[in-house]
Amino acid sequence: MTRALRQAAGAHYGWRDWLVQRVTAVVMAAYTVVVLGVALWNGGIDYPLWKALFACGAWKLATFVFMLALTWHAWVGVRDIWMDYVKPVGVRLALEVLTLLALAAYIGWTMQILWGGK
Amino acid sequence: MSVLDNPPPRPRPVYLNLVAIRLPIAGIASILHRVSGAALFLFALPLMLLAVQASLASPESFAALKAAFAHPLAKLTAIGVVWACLHHFCAGIRYLLIDLHVGDDLAPAQRSGAMVIAVSLALTLIVGLRLW
Repeated sequence: MTRALRQAAGAHYGWRDWLVQRVTAVVMAAYTVVVLGVALWNGGIDYPLWKALFACGAWKLATFVFMLALTWHAWVGVRDIWMDYVKPVGVRLALEVLTLLALAAYIGWTMQILWGGK
Repeated sequence: MSVLDNPPPRPRPVYLNLVAIRLPIAGIASILHRVSGAALFLFALPLMLLAVQASLASPESFAALKAAFAHPLAKLTAIGVVWACLHHFCAGIRYLLIDLHVGDDLAPAQRSGAMVIAVSLALTLIVGLRLW
């Protein structure tokens, strides 16, 4: 009897990733439209406006949620690329771990930018 | 039940010479969605975080960031990032619409694939001209 071994670096949750990719896309698109709207409404963004925007607690939260959506979206997308083109399981796992570490670092960096101010 | 009802799997012909392969226009839009997504992850994401950080740190660093865009290399990078954002955004909207069965027949899907490529290139050109 031959049975395909479950791969350590397989996807496991097809439909969930499909849904995540779409929900996070809509969140990011909405945030992007708001940023562009602010820029167009004010005829560009200068430092005082930009600073005031990021001083607002609701905007910080929205930005953080945007960033969570982005990193989750990037995780699904980048892992798909590794799964399509990198066949050795060890190499693929290493790349996936590196991807996750980078994304975790980006979330931490975002928190420093948003809440680490002097 | 005869064997014809359940024929044994035969190896399918695989032809993946990437140089010789001819993608339909929607396929080109699709692979560019992947390429732009990879570029956004690898380059645009850290660059954007750097830029947002600098833009918020102080009026001086905000001005310095703005001044940095005078360099041709910065302009080229920015244009690349703008294209990746635009293509990924437009192609993503197209997929969301196709999920909703809007334009998911062959002909409209090919048209919208071409449109995604053209619109993101045109908008990138406009941004690029304004930047330069």
